[in-house]
Amino acid sequence: MSSPLIRGYEVVIGLETHVQLSTASKIFSGASTQFGAAPNTQSCPVDLALPGTLPVMNEGAVERAIEFGLAVGAHVAPRSIFARKNYFYPDLPKGYQISQYEIPVVQGGSVSFFVDDKPFTVRLVRAHLEEDAGKSLHDDFVGFNGEKSSGIDLNRAGTPLLEIVTEPDIRSSREAAEYARALHTLVVWLGICDGNMQEGSFRCDVNVSVRRPGAPLGTRREIKNLNSFKHIVQAADYEINWQIDELEDGRAIEQATILFNPDTGETRAMRTKEDAHDYRYFPDPDLPPLVIAPEWIERVKGRMPELPRVMAERFVSGYGLPEYDATMMTQSKAFAAFFETAAQACQQPKLVSNWLMGEVSRRLNAAEQTIEQSPISATLLAAMISRIADGTISNNGAKQVFEALWSGEGAGEGEGAGADQARVNAVIDAKGLKQMSDTGELEKILDDILAANAKSVEEFRAGKEKAFNALVGQAMKATKGKANPATVNELLKKKLAG
Amino acid sequence: MSALHDLTLAQQSQALASGQTTSVALTQHALDRIATHADLGAFLHVDAAGALAAAAASDARRAAGQTLGPLDGVPVAHKDIFVTQDQPTTAASKMLKGYQSPFDATVVAKLKAAGTVSVGKLNCDEFAMGGATENSAYGVAHNPWMRAQIAGGSSGGSAVAVSGRLVSGATGSDTGGSIRQPAALTGITGIKPTYGRCSRFGMIAFASSLDQAGPMARTAEDCALLLQTMSGFDERDATSAQQPVPDFVAALTTPRAGATADQPLTGLRVGVPKEFFGEGVSADVLAANRAALAQLESLGATLVDISLPRTELSIPVYYIIAPAEASSNLSRYDGVKFGHRAAKYGDLNDMYRKTRAEGFGAEVKRRIMIGTYVLSHGYYDAYYLQAQKLRRMIADDFQAAFQVCDVIAGPVSPTVARPIGSSTDPVQEYLADIFTLPASLAGLPGMSVPCGFGEHGLPVGLQLIGNYWQEAQLLHTAHAFQQTTDWHQRAPAALG
Repeated sequence: MSSPLIRGYEVVIGLETHVQLSTASKIFSGASTQFGAAPNTQSCPVDLALPGTLPVMNEGAVERAIEFGLAVGAHVAPRSIFARKNYFYPDLPKGYQISQYEIPVVQGGSVSFFVDDKPFTVRLVRAHLEEDAGKSLHDDFVGFNGEKSSGIDLNRAGTPLLEIVTEPDIRSSREAAEYARALHTLVVWLGICDGNMQEGSFRCDVNVSVRRPGAPLGTRREIKNLNSFKHIVQAADYEINWQIDELEDGRAIEQATILFNPDTGETRAMRTKEDAHDYRYFPDPDLPPLVIAPEWIERVKGRMPELPRVMAERFVSGYGLPEYDATMMTQSKAFAAFFETAAQACQQPKLVSNWLMGEVSRRLNAAEQTIEQSPISATLLAAMISRIADGTISNNGAKQVFEALWSGEGAGEGEGAGADQARVNAVIDAKGLKQMSDTGELEKILDDILAANAKSVEEFRAGKEKAFNALVGQAMKATKGKANPATVNELLKKKLAG
Repeated sequence: MSALHDLTLAQQSQALASGQTTSVALTQHALDRIATHADLGAFLHVDAAGALAAAAASDARRAAGQTLGPLDGVPVAHKDIFVTQDQPTTAASKMLKGYQSPFDATVVAKLKAAGTVSVGKLNCDEFAMGGATENSAYGVAHNPWMRAQIAGGSSGGSAVAVSGRLVSGATGSDTGGSIRQPAALTGITGIKPTYGRCSRFGMIAFASSLDQAGPMARTAEDCALLLQTMSGFDERDATSAQQPVPDFVAALTTPRAGATADQPLTGLRVGVPKEFFGEGVSADVLAANRAALAQLESLGATLVDISLPRTELSIPVYYIIAPAEASSNLSRYDGVKFGHRAAKYGDLNDMYRKTRAEGFGAEVKRRIMIGTYVLSHGYYDAYYLQAQKLRRMIADDFQAAFQVCDVIAGPVSPTVARPIGSSTDPVQEYLADIFTLPASLAGLPGMSVPCGFGEHGLPVGLQLIGNYWQEAQLLHTAHAFQQTTDWHQRAPAALG
């Protein structure tokens, strides 16, 4: 795979993504994982690490890890081990984090996606289960007496995470963001994560290094906790250029953990290798090995939704969509459902795909809305596309119909396929967008044009192709755009040949 | 009827059932005796009001014909390593001075549900680390047989409370011998069940892969009664076993196949490991143990010579694994959420340093440092991983031995109780654990049964080790032994 160089350097990126699993209770306790509760109201004795408490594995978290493993074609380990990662921090109540170290639950696998219209695959090293820490609050914490103070909120402590680690297969900030987007799509599709990046449900650590082509891997620096795709691109770009500057100035890159400041767009070192922790990992004696029997995997498999890549393949074979279109149609479950409903209703899958990737996405993106919020339903879109397909309206006419439907024109006149079609027809009529489908009438108009433009006819017959276009233009003008251009072409050719 | 405190737990239970006494009378008597002998250092906390209220409730249940079973109304006490909702819990550490748990340990809750009356919390080594209860932040426990001697540890307070007949039964915990060794040194009976038999939920963790709760009482019968209630799977402890709990009390008197009245141990093969009877064991302990073996033989058992070749290795293996786990388990005591916090400090790290320097005693600090070291990058493979491999081999040695025997018998401690304050070298202390560590590392059930007296008239214990989940067989063997011996009936004369 050739990759573009930046200032003569090759960029090497790997991601570690923390995906918050959508269990109702925490990974090792029964406390709720609901976001946004008052500080420390969702932390039970286990989360607070009170003396005598012990962790007990939440099977729901394991099942979500299994689902993920199956979805990325990974090996789901029949036996994996929980380990303690030891370090002191006020938001880490036990003084260690329970994670998986030597033997993770998900091993290998890959995530495939498109960068523009080129297919791209990132290999995964592993995905492991672990618990989240609490939060240190510095300004917005209210103490027992109502005073503002610093404090620790342990509501998040013990929230289940799946940490997904890639191979260093990524060669640009753009690819990194697209990988993150594809991963986000997948975990939300599976329903194992709510995908809410604002609330921290999906956070990426981006490892960046640069090297001269063919040289061994450079020293990497890890940008922590990026929670938007835009920040991934900004942070990685800044970091790439910073590292190249350093190397160009003759300085070596030191391994470091760094933070991205979205306000300045810059990265800065949080800690370097010298003050790297010795986490003293060892198997957690409170938790027996996590044993996943083949039957458990089969049970989970049976409950899983159709995977996006499987559905995309079906869209290719069943609806004849190009692979790129199929991937786009499976960007979310709702999107795919919208596509299928519309495609089945009008039997025009490629037209539906074109409209979804074009006008629909453009309007949704502009409004920062998802497909679920589209004011045009799948069947309504299908009704409109049916009218394009049967030649009633032109593509340009359809755009006007679409705008009208999007802004709610003719809405509220009943439900169902009949109502949708009636509404589309009404808008077409109201705007006078109906194409001339009566060939008799069109032929008469064409005859007049041919008669009035003898010069063009002569030129065409003399081999001037341009003259034909002029005649088509005349026809469209005479019909005020309502003629179906394809029909006009066909009839004109026949007449000129005759 | 003899004095209430001279009754065993089973006898107290019978006296309650027959109406010869009441729970309030038993409890008041225990409270009085605890107060009289406060200088033994057995208790860290006594809850007279709570105990008397619980006793009155028990008597009311009995009057209403709603008694909860054989333990209903019997006064007991809990090692201060078990958290309790009604009483403070300190783990004998300054770190947890005044700490109040919002819940009961599972073992405590089960005994409470069975109607026992908890009179208080018992002294022990800080966080159960030690073998003499000299590491308690709240004073040493004295051996009722000779006050100048140690009572053993870490469950020293439990041993003193039972041996001194302050209560007839107590809970203990055993990580490397902490039930068996103090039981032996004070002349009582104690059993550490198979790892996973009793829930560890609410038992303050020292070394999670080794810690196990168990009962301490005067007789095997009393231990069976308590263990019956303490055992069982707990969904709050992932290491507790989904193993059926047999009827331990019935097993005491269930005859073995082919046994006769005076040969109750017929067919029982008792393994005698040569490593338990070699150099380093004092003559008085050897003599008492050999006599006990002869007694078992006279009861119909067959003695079989066996070898546990890695017995000595259990010391370094244990003193790597236990501190490693402890160093991590004790990280939660950081001054942030509960427990001690230094009064004055600079930044966060200074708060951690001062809090932990002030809150932990010397032995706890030593083990945290050893544990931190053996888990450190570059040392992990050489120490921790190697120790884990040897631990599996030690367990394998036991399985080989159980091919040719049913129980293993030998000393608990190489010597009788030493004088308080006589140990200056922690390593010498560690070496004295040699006979209790192997069963702990293998997760096997082990028991201490009084079997005689040695130097200064101090008690000697016989250790019985069984295969996994074979507590019933251990209790049956010990019970048979106690039907024909009276070591367990002797009382420390000094106490009256």
